Amino acid sequence: MSLDFSTSLAGRRFPNPIFTASGCAGSGKELSQFFDLTDLGAIVTKSIMIKPRSGRATPRMAETPSGMLNSIGLQGPGIDLFLENDIPWLRDQGARIIVSIAGETVEDYAVLARKLRHVSGISALEVNISCPNVENRGQVFACDPATAADAISTVRRNIGGELPIIAKLSPDVTDIVSIATSVVSAGADGLALINTLLGMVIDTSSMRPKLSQKTGGLSGPAIRPVAVRAIYQVHAALPKVPILGMGGVACGRDALELVLAGASAVSVGTATFGDPTASIRVKNELEVLCEQRGFNSFSDLVGYAHRAEDANEHE
Amino acid sequence: MAREGWAMINPKAEQITSEILSNKKVGSYNHMVFAVTDLAAHARPGNFVAIAVGGPASSMVLRRAFAIYRSSIRADGQGLLELVVAASGAGSTWLTSQKVGDTVDLIAPLGTSFGIPTEPVRSLLIGGGYGSAPLFALAETLKARGCRVDMVLGASTAAKIYAPLEGKRSVSSLTITTDDGSAGVQGRVSDVIPRIIKDNDVEIIYSCGPMAMLEAITKIADSFDVLHQCSVEESMACGIGVCMTCVLPVLQDDGTIRMTRTCIDGPVMDGSKVTWTTSREIPEGVWGK
Repeated sequence: MSLDFSTSLAGRRFPNPIFTASGCAGSGKELSQFFDLTDLGAIVTKSIMIKPRSGRATPRMAETPSGMLNSIGLQGPGIDLFLENDIPWLRDQGARIIVSIAGETVEDYAVLARKLRHVSGISALEVNISCPNVENRGQVFACDPATAADAISTVRRNIGGELPIIAKLSPDVTDIVSIATSVVSAGADGLALINTLLGMVIDTSSMRPKLSQKTGGLSGPAIRPVAVRAIYQVHAALPKVPILGMGGVACGRDALELVLAGASAVSVGTATFGDPTASIRVKNELEVLCEQRGFNSFSDLVGYAHRAEDANEHE
Repeated sequence: MAREGWAMINPKAEQITSEILSNKKVGSYNHMVFAVTDLAAHARPGNFVAIAVGGPASSMVLRRAFAIYRSSIRADGQGLLELVVAASGAGSTWLTSQKVGDTVDLIAPLGTSFGIPTEPVRSLLIGGGYGSAPLFALAETLKARGCRVDMVLGASTAAKIYAPLEGKRSVSSLTITTDDGSAGVQGRVSDVIPRIIKDNDVEIIYSCGPMAMLEAITKIADSFDVLHQCSVEESMACGIGVCMTCVLPVLQDDGTIRMTRTCIDGPVMDGSKVTWTTSREIPEGVWGK
């Protein structure tokens, strides 16, 4: 019997569980030169804000052991140009689209949600709440259960009932389960785990921080165990809430690890920088691994690492 | 597939597994030859390659970008790409330590190329260190168009000047500068180029090298009202336009200055349109600041 490789995330079905990761694929245009975007479960677009944004000065990037730091600063064209150019193009490709939004105030999230509520062809919204809240001393929304819930409930109220909301959480918190519980109560249909971890590299020649912004987000295989842990903890506490997992996935085996921890779908991010076709390779490898383990349905593997020690093994 | 007005990756770019055919030490650098497909026929002076380094279990997750020194199709139809690699960091050191017969994962040709004038013009080519690499193929192309080609190469010391004999055939004059005076004129390229521009009535400057050198050349080019196409060097994570790390503030046709990807809209750019800055801050007036 052939494997059913489709997956369900926040009430939507996708033909396979491998997506791009926000900020690692633009809006898909560049990668479309290397593969057909419809071959992936979905394209998760780079987080878009209300206005055009220059992003940070360079250096924006530093390679680290099995990873990299980035501090792009959400460079982008703003929601209006994005809706005018990127979404119609992605729709024309037939790609399934998950739009990632980011704001600096709670009101920003409301405005973005209202701009998106009547846009056709979008499968879900990923709400990036790992941004500094300018109304709260620059504290990141995702680092406090109350402000995280504020942002999500605002999107919920303004998006209407149709479009699923996936809240993207930061691992840089004391208790990720309490943040997850809070945003789900506020109306999130799913969770994206994990965003980058804050890090720093100091250049030992100049003897200053390497990045112009001093700190940056750490991504790549170096953070994968953190992602597996966060997904495992949240899935254990909220087994009914679907998780889009990401964090250092570079091959099918890595994706399977996140799925076993509880991810219903997996985004491939930093690996795409090293290999434009990484997401397609991950998808193909994951499919083989699922079949090799004798599963008929991908969904049976989601959270499979949580089964009791004395549970009957899958046959 | 690309919509009009959207800068895209070179449509001829391919990701391939490429065998190393030759790897020879030349001064401080390695001259390396790679077997490629007929993508070699589409590579132009100024284009670059992005190579995965460190092997399958590598802890180096990002590609390394190198300007193409020369591209050609051998008589038997085999495509060839030649690079000049400086073993500076762990990635380039790994690459230069690979042996003939080893393979690498390579994407090419990427980025913009040097614009070639339709009429014969008097040109000056300026390279800093291994930044001379793409200039020799450019010199041949210009020479074939009937252009006068003068060249200035600068480096900290003689061993870091890359100027192979066969590369110099298309050049009318070659001036070398070194910081330590171990070869040519002691000093920097910016010390000698005003006189060369005046003596030869230079109409266009092509350059490749460190950003500080490109900024200095831009000032001189602007003061003489000479066109300046430079190949910039901003660190890249992907080379294909998705990571947004390799940006520079560049004046656009619509009059705005935007943080522009040097892997897609570069590496060859009009020097006078770049806002050169070492401040580690976004300059005033940039779109979206």
